[in-house]
Amino acid sequence: MNKLLARYAGPRDVEVLAAIEEGLPLCERPFARVAQALGMSEDEVISRLARMKACGIMRRFGLVLQHRPLGYCANAMLVFDIPQDRVDRAARAIVAHEFVTLCYCREPHLPDWPYNLYCMIHGRDRQIVEGQIIELKERAQLLGFASKTLFSLRRFKQTGARFSSATRVAMVKP
Amino acid sequence: MQTLNEMEKKLINGWQKGFPLTKRPYAKMAADLQISEAQVIELLASLKERGILSRVGAVVRPNTVAASSLVAMNIEPDELDYVAGIVCAEPQVNHNYEREGELNLWFVVAAPSLEELHVILARIEKRSGYKTIKLPLTKAYHIDLGFQI
Repeated sequence: MNKLLARYAGPRDVEVLAAIEEGLPLCERPFARVAQALGMSEDEVISRLARMKACGIMRRFGLVLQHRPLGYCANAMLVFDIPQDRVDRAARAIVAHEFVTLCYCREPHLPDWPYNLYCMIHGRDRQIVEGQIIELKERAQLLGFASKTLFSLRRFKQTGARFSSATRVAMVKP
Repeated sequence: MQTLNEMEKKLINGWQKGFPLTKRPYAKMAADLQISEAQVIELLASLKERGILSRVGAVVRPNTVAASSLVAMNIEPDELDYVAGIVCAEPQVNHNYEREGELNLWFVVAAPSLEELHVILARIEKRSGYKTIKLPLTKAYHIDLGFQI
């Protein structure tokens, strides 16, 4: 595989991620401030971030929002128990619905948790989300599979992933 | 519920991905919006202050830089706050929610290695007296690319 595109983060890359885990500083030269804290050049910080984005270590770089202050409080996680040979088809049918925000396969945990396909719907109104769930199950032909709907209640914590404890480097105050 | 002005909506809809990786990113955004760099910085600071903006930063793909997993627990309702506190105290836990149902506490752990992830879960089990159910990702079909408001 092309070295540039290898999905590998080296220790210096992780240092950059750790330095911005609380957020990129809001100042005119934010990457210069990060660079200074790490003893790197501004160009190196920018090029490490660009490479991690290009090779897919990062899904995106930009504004990361909290759903709840914007009124997205009806947050449902749907889980399905779907035979392995049907999962891809079911997942494709699920993600065709634009109100679905995430869709993943996860290992089941037998015997108490057989579910292997997960999706999330973030909405503002619980009744609307409940309607979307019914519509999704019908249109994606999921009614024959065991499933559960788990609406979220209290949020105890929500941050980005933490890298600083792994590298023990300075975090830049945003 | 918070309301957003037109410029804030433009910022949110325009830069959840594709943030300029250039020396003066806020100046680049300002030029696109035809406002000043200082105004962009001020708007972002205000969104952060109001809890709408979590951060300007990276969303990292699971299991590239860190070993991560969703974890669920089945906690007696009157002990939920206490156990949630134990879970939140772990710096490597980045999401922790109460959900309806028998499995009522759900969180995400991202550790530098799988071994360290297991150490964290063992510590949570020992401190709380409850078992953890690890539900690692095997395939992503649809991912977090932000949302339009």
